[in-house]
Amino acid sequence: MPQLPLLASAQPEEILLPAKPWFVVVTLFAGLAANMLPLTGMALLLRPDCLALILLFWCIREPRMIGIGIAWMLGLLMDVADGTVFGQHALAYALLAYAAEYFRRRVLRFPLWQQAAQVAVLLLLCAALVALVRIVGGAPLPRWSYAVGSLSGALLWPPITVLLQWPQRPTRSAAEI
Amino acid sequence: MRHISVDPPPFFHRGPSPLARLAFFGIVSLALLFADTRYRYLENIRMVVALALYPVQRAVQLPGEALAYVGSYFSSQRALAADNARLKEQLLGDATAIQSFPLLEQENNRLRALLAMSARFAGASVAAEVLYSGRDPFTQKLFVDKGDVAGVQLGQAVIDEVGVVGQVTRVFPYMAEVTLVTDKDHAVPVKVQRSGVRSVMYGAGTGRVPELRFLSPNAEIQPGDRLVTSGIDGTYPPGLAVAEVTSVERETGQMFARVSCKPLAGVDASAHVLILAGAAVAAPRPEEPAEAESPRKGRNRRKG
Repeated sequence: MPQLPLLASAQPEEILLPAKPWFVVVTLFAGLAANMLPLTGMALLLRPDCLALILLFWCIREPRMIGIGIAWMLGLLMDVADGTVFGQHALAYALLAYAAEYFRRRVLRFPLWQQAAQVAVLLLLCAALVALVRIVGGAPLPRWSYAVGSLSGALLWPPITVLLQWPQRPTRSAAEI
Repeated sequence: MRHISVDPPPFFHRGPSPLARLAFFGIVSLALLFADTRYRYLENIRMVVALALYPVQRAVQLPGEALAYVGSYFSSQRALAADNARLKEQLLGDATAIQSFPLLEQENNRLRALLAMSARFAGASVAAEVLYSGRDPFTQKLFVDKGDVAGVQLGQAVIDEVGVVGQVTRVFPYMAEVTLVTDKDHAVPVKVQRSGVRSVMYGAGTGRVPELRFLSPNAEIQPGDRLVTSGIDGTYPPGLAVAEVTSVERETGQMFARVSCKPLAGVDASAHVLILAGAAVAAPRPEEPAEAESPRKGRNRRKG
């Protein structure tokens, strides 16, 4: 049996070990913490919404565990952490989780970089919803740089996929059996 | 007669459909949005969640702080010496002002008492460290590491070593949210230090320069003028530096001059700020029922 390439995404046919719930929770909190990093200037501009990205990953991979409800609650946490209007991120993340549930079977058939392109669209949709809520609330139109975070998030999709799948890859001894 | 159950067996049961769940959470979100923007019902919940998130926030800050600490440990002796020399020079330069300040203050207080004017702002203030700048691209905010526990109150003015940074708009137990003067429609009553012309500076949002609105084209103002707080709002104590005028456009045919300005304080760069304790007490608003009833009278007065 050929050894699995560890630095590539698992193919849809591959059977992965079930994701451990504590690992999912820890990664989601890591995403939340990454969103709270004190960044300024250029880094702030480039900063992707890590929580949305990791949430999207688990929504696509583990839809039974992470769904719209959990996404919504994480959105509320994000609203408090950012000091924004209550419900803004919650609404966006709920929509993101729904879109993930809708697209998940299709997305997984593509190679990683094509998945990233589709993730970019989902993240942009999420960002556009946030912008819409704010504009209705009286905020000025965001500048073009507002979309940069979504695109950088999509660029992070391949490495995040590989990283988060790592614990689920069958060990080598198991593969040899 | 018994029917065969049309429900899927329980091991396939997955609750309401995704669309139904999305609709439910969407409606709850919209209700929250409405309740938060219109009525601010949810500040207590926000406070509790913020308190729960506080340890995470501090934990995330640790690596950066550790890096800064290590960096400062290795900062060269020459840089420190230069810094020290510069600070000493500055202290010497300010020495006359500092030494004569108590005398002047005393004298000023006496004169103000003689004139029966309200006492100027004087009070202890809280030094705070900036935790992080707000990541919301639609507003201009800072989060500082002093909150309710340290005595920070809503509406207090926040300054740095150069000038006004903003105003406390939300207080959590261990941190506070400061809205910057550059935030959209954040108004600061100012006056031109040179000529005394009063106006109000409005922030314009991210990446846009604040401007003075409703200044007549012949107002005594020019590029390079310093704007200081006028203190007539009761929030900002008078005399704090706010901004510098960068351009004045006087177009004939326009009702008002277009005055844009640049904030003096490092509104998005300062790492330490001072939260001024106790907002200056504003004079009670004069009653004006007569004016509301007869607008004509008011117009006449304005003319005269």
